Amino acid sequence: MPEENEELLDQITSSEYKYGFVTDIESESAPKGLNENTIRFISAKKNEPDWMLEYRLKAYRHWLTMETPKWANVAFPPIDYQDIIYYSAPKQKITPNSLDEIDPELRLTFEKLGISLQEQKRLTGVAVDAVMDSVSVATTFKAELAELGIIFCSMSEAVHEHPELIRKHLGSVVPYTDNYFTALNSAVFSDGSFCYIPEGVRCPMELSTYFRINAANTGQFERTLIVAEAGSYVSYLEGCTAPMRDEHQLHAAVVEISAFEKSEVKYSTVQNWYPGNKEGIGGIYNFVTKRGICQGDHAKISWTQVETGSAITWKYPSVILKGDYSVGEFYSVAVTNNMQQADTGTKMIHIGKHTRSRIVSKGISAGKSNNSYRGLVQVGRNAVKARNFSQCDSLLLGDQCGAHTFPYIEVKNSSAIVEHEATTSKIGEDQIFYCNQRGIDTEAAVALIINGFAKEVMNQLPMEFAVEAQKLLAISLEGSVG
Amino acid sequence: MQESINHITELHESLPGDSLSDFSDRAFKDFNQLGIPKAKHEEWRYVKVSSLFRKDLTYPLHDSGLTIEDLQDHLLPDHDQATTIFFINGIYAPALSMVNHAQDELVLLPLSVAAASTEYADKVKSTLGQSTPYHPDGIHALNAAFSSKGIFIAVPPGKTLARPVYIYQVSDSRKGYTLSQPRTLVHVGAGSSIHLATTYATLGHESFTNEVTEVLVEKDASVYYYKIQDEGAKAHHVGTTSIRQIGKSLTNAVTISLSGGLVRNNLDMIMEAEYGESHMYGLYLLNGNTLVDNHTIVDNAKPHCLSNELYKGILDGHSTGVFNGKIFVRKDAQKTNAYQSNKNILLGDHATVNTKPQLEIFADDVKCSHGCTVGRPDDDALFYLRSRGISEKNARSLLLHAYAVDILDKIQLPALRAHVDELISERLEFNF
Repeated sequence: MPEENEELLDQITSSEYKYGFVTDIESESAPKGLNENTIRFISAKKNEPDWMLEYRLKAYRHWLTMETPKWANVAFPPIDYQDIIYYSAPKQKITPNSLDEIDPELRLTFEKLGISLQEQKRLTGVAVDAVMDSVSVATTFKAELAELGIIFCSMSEAVHEHPELIRKHLGSVVPYTDNYFTALNSAVFSDGSFCYIPEGVRCPMELSTYFRINAANTGQFERTLIVAEAGSYVSYLEGCTAPMRDEHQLHAAVVEISAFEKSEVKYSTVQNWYPGNKEGIGGIYNFVTKRGICQGDHAKISWTQVETGSAITWKYPSVILKGDYSVGEFYSVAVTNNMQQADTGTKMIHIGKHTRSRIVSKGISAGKSNNSYRGLVQVGRNAVKARNFSQCDSLLLGDQCGAHTFPYIEVKNSSAIVEHEATTSKIGEDQIFYCNQRGIDTEAAVALIINGFAKEVMNQLPMEFAVEAQKLLAISLEGSVG
Repeated sequence: MQESINHITELHESLPGDSLSDFSDRAFKDFNQLGIPKAKHEEWRYVKVSSLFRKDLTYPLHDSGLTIEDLQDHLLPDHDQATTIFFINGIYAPALSMVNHAQDELVLLPLSVAAASTEYADKVKSTLGQSTPYHPDGIHALNAAFSSKGIFIAVPPGKTLARPVYIYQVSDSRKGYTLSQPRTLVHVGAGSSIHLATTYATLGHESFTNEVTEVLVEKDASVYYYKIQDEGAKAHHVGTTSIRQIGKSLTNAVTISLSGGLVRNNLDMIMEAEYGESHMYGLYLLNGNTLVDNHTIVDNAKPHCLSNELYKGILDGHSTGVFNGKIFVRKDAQKTNAYQSNKNILLGDHATVNTKPQLEIFADDVKCSHGCTVGRPDDDALFYLRSRGISEKNARSLLLHAYAVDILDKIQLPALRAHVDELISERLEFNF
């Protein structure tokens, strides 16, 4: 039995990262390093208006005064910010009018990733904004969405075409002063997606962004901004992959969501950046700030994430519940294997009356990895009858990994009810035995049990993602009985 | 802050050399290096302890001349049945203390004497400073720097003490704001059992007690430790109790906080042997501007240990309750069972709860869980009682008293339990 297990563990830990190929495509980059000229270069490349450049420079100057945060339960050597290329773009004609004008090599890349822009368009009815390295390469379904008044385009396009919206909302939820990586992102962000749902509109399809790091030595700094006006609804998906490379690459993104009265935003992520090899060489540093604000009454923001990739994940999708009766949700499955480190969780800030939040976090650790849940539930003085329920469960596979929980709960209102529970366990031998007895082999039994463990979260994912996420879970872990 | 630190530095330099000089000099160096924890210090987020080191802080290191008559109001029930140990301003006062145990049952010595004796030097050495690695901060080091005024208690192997040991920490602040730094070392021999209760009193103005208690528990021994805090709104407290189990043994700690200014209780359970068992219970019943911060650590280093933790709070007025419970399960500590629960009831609209149950687990075959809740008295239960003709006030106090009894029941000394029950009932206006 132990031998068999080791074999299985070996299989898993050596299983290939499927998305590790490199696309041989001509790209155009900024010189390595970061200074005001780099920022001016990026801004000029994108032909940005002066106010945008000003914003970037302000963020950069603020960043210079800050220090790398050290509080997270992750360890990595200091990052040399002068050794990163801050702008890299696949060379192609500017602004393709139809998908046919996109470089075929590029299209092939996304097809390999399962994001066939053409197919997707015809079959699944999901609008996709594909971002390679620093720039958005294609956005599908734009015209159909425009009919409803929905704006779904790349950030650089939005800066030109909808400056009033960008000026109003950019940095309104995550100001550049928020933390070290948001300041950096605000200074150098190259592209991302912008999504605007007008009042009362229910977005008829899932909107999706696909991020891909291709070029070597580059950092990816994208920015997503979603504005849902009163009474609107949108479901948004995000996926990410990167080639296998020996050096670490930095990904510092910012996602902002503004949800107004009675609107609902559902944001789902399947994060599968390259995690590095077995010895922990290479892999993406995924330092992301995601935050939504329920501006109006009865607004709802829901984060769902499946985190399987990245060498280090440092990410806390949060919701500020400002409007009365607003709702925040956070569902997360974080899987770490080999030398991966994840420090992830959420913040629920209850400000309005009768606000509700729910946190379900499932951590699975294997190999020599460390997986931490870090969360904050804060109930302000005026958040009458606020309600929170949090559950974080950890599953340990193997005796060299670690599972940690750091839940902060701060309550200042006596009518609030806050509950938190957490458990840590391994897959029970009796569970395996039960399955074996019924003719299910150990490997399948483990997959079954892990799927069951993560089901509560998986159920929250839109169909298109649920399948992918389940497969990912299986690849990452099946068979690793401790 | 600097003035009070200068004052303390002068005092430390003037200390006469004794058997503990090396230890305390090292600790003072640590103090200078680490400094008083600032608000940015993660472990001290909610307790602004630096605000206690004010200009008017004095640190009297001489006998204040208190007599037992001055202390009558502060004695615990049945005190004539127990061994009573007095500290005045953190200094052991043998003249007031009374040993009520046979000589072969209990050894009580000034710490510096024990450290110099041939018989106990090793025991002192193995216990003194066991809590230091868990508290890398200046305030903990500061106590160690003045530890020679403390005591050493030893229970020889195979003795079950029928009578409890009461320790009174008295701050004589009649002349102004004072600092006290008591240090207690307890060595419980194999197969022995002891009930140890500590209580606090402040006479006069404001006081600040910075206490460290270190307990070493050998195989088959059991330790029952009680900490009762009710010394008034102007008494600040930072206390660390570290209980280390080096053999399969049982420990039980109950911490009751009823009043205070800024209060920080550290409780460490260091489980260094297989099959150890430890229980931690806490009750904080607060109002006014009191802040009580309970930080507990359970460090499981060996397999097959069990720890259980339950802390309950009732918060009224502008009070703040803080709970931080850490459970560490090390790599080899398979088959650990560790449970932790923190429950809070907020009564006042200006009360605050900050709680952080924390698990850090490096072994896979373990069962660990934690839970915490914040809420208010159950409306349905209130309605049930009201519908049976019980006034709202009485119904409320009945419910709160029942909530507190869970912890009260863990005090296994009947007289002490009754005494604490009286204090709690008075506070909750519970008179059935």
